[in-house]
Amino acid sequence: MSTEPVHLETPLTKEDIEELRTGDVVRLNGVIYTARDAAHARQAQAIEKEEPLPFDPEGQVVYFTGPAPARPGHVLGPAGPTTASRMDPYSPILIERGLRGMIGKGSRSEMVREAMQQHGCVYFGAIEGTAALLARCVKEAEIVAYEDLGAEAVRRLVVEDFPVVVINDLYGGDLYEEGRKKWRRSDP
Amino acid sequence: MREIPVDTVTQAVSDLCIEANTCLPEDHLQALQRTLEREESPLGREVIEKLLENAEFACEECIAFCQDTGYAVFFVEVGTEVRFVEGVISKAIDEGVRRGYKEGYLRKSIVRSPIDRTNTGDNTPAVVYYDLVPGHGLKLTMLVKGAGCDNMSALRMLTPAEGLPEMKRFVIETIEKAGPNSSPPLTVGVGIGGPFEKAAHQAKKALTRPSGEPNPDPELAKLEEELLEEINATGIGPAGYGGTVTALAVHIESFPTHIAAFPVAINLDCHSHRTASVEL
Repeated sequence: MSTEPVHLETPLTKEDIEELRTGDVVRLNGVIYTARDAAHARQAQAIEKEEPLPFDPEGQVVYFTGPAPARPGHVLGPAGPTTASRMDPYSPILIERGLRGMIGKGSRSEMVREAMQQHGCVYFGAIEGTAALLARCVKEAEIVAYEDLGAEAVRRLVVEDFPVVVINDLYGGDLYEEGRKKWRRSDP
Repeated sequence: MREIPVDTVTQAVSDLCIEANTCLPEDHLQALQRTLEREESPLGREVIEKLLENAEFACEECIAFCQDTGYAVFFVEVGTEVRFVEGVISKAIDEGVRRGYKEGYLRKSIVRSPIDRTNTGDNTPAVVYYDLVPGHGLKLTMLVKGAGCDNMSALRMLTPAEGLPEMKRFVIETIEKAGPNSSPPLTVGVGIGGPFEKAAHQAKKALTRPSGEPNPDPELAKLEEELLEEINATGIGPAGYGGTVTALAVHIESFPTHIAAFPVAINLDCHSHRTASVEL
């Protein structure tokens, strides 16, 4: 586990994420895309119908969030991560298409973790209760698809030093499991 | 009879929506602050520090500290000597939510049915529970309930023979299953007794108690302490990254029940624990 943050520029290459280990503190810079429940359902439909996706997943990082409205003068309203497991049914089809990173909170399914290891994708955790601070790292924001979904529309964000922690790396590590095991004082 | 124009209620509700979503209550902030002394994991302490920094920043900027500005839940205590005039109370509360969520730049997260899933666009309807109490008073207590932790809540109808040991096991099992998904450190509301729905109602209402204030019944207070200790021994920790602080408080509410029943409901609330109340 590295104590100093690793600074990474998006889009991410396979080499970038091969270096990462569970528990590493990372600062992301560059473009990331937002999508949550409804946008994932639509992307899955688009793939099924062989229609274009809102963005080419190759090398990209998706952030599971639905921001609050922005006050005038703010780039984006508060935007913390939502529970990632609700995206589990959809993530593998994007990972197969080259998605390199996901940002959310909470555990992922076995199927998603296997897809991540097989195709090369890491899962980052952000802290949900820091939505106001996270939005401050967003320098540009624009809706690029599914505008009718409101908070759930797909947004292209440009972020600066966006703070995340590696939950699942390419080698089967899981910060939630390892952290719990390390600090447990009772019988599981 | 005391007459209260419903417009007064609308304004109070609108103010509560903004206050609850932008400034964490003092008792909760203090509870978070105190965990810095007992959280042993450095990463866990870092999470708590970030939560506190976020709370301060959001309150200063008057923006939501969590994007999930949730269901607008109200516990309304109405004096029997109160009469609402110039409108209907339930509509006035909805109007307050509509106004507060718009003026406070809060996210509208309510869909009109679980099947249809079209957003109502204004975060209504509010979820309102009325209690009639003696006197001329009116007290509104708001609980902003995010879905992440609500989704990890649970209810089970135990048998009297299973009793207290099974109740404790069920609480711990629920927390273990929720793990990082419910965004710890948590406030844990436990409702026991009553018929099915009463247990759930009690669990939710328990969340509005000031953080860590024990149940007046010494036996329940002791049980709250025991459960808190056991929850913190799970190792889940702040944000689920591992640590010695998984919950800030356990609040139990009990209600008489049937000779054949022992209902237990557990309602979890994440680290963005949002309550506010006003007396009119």
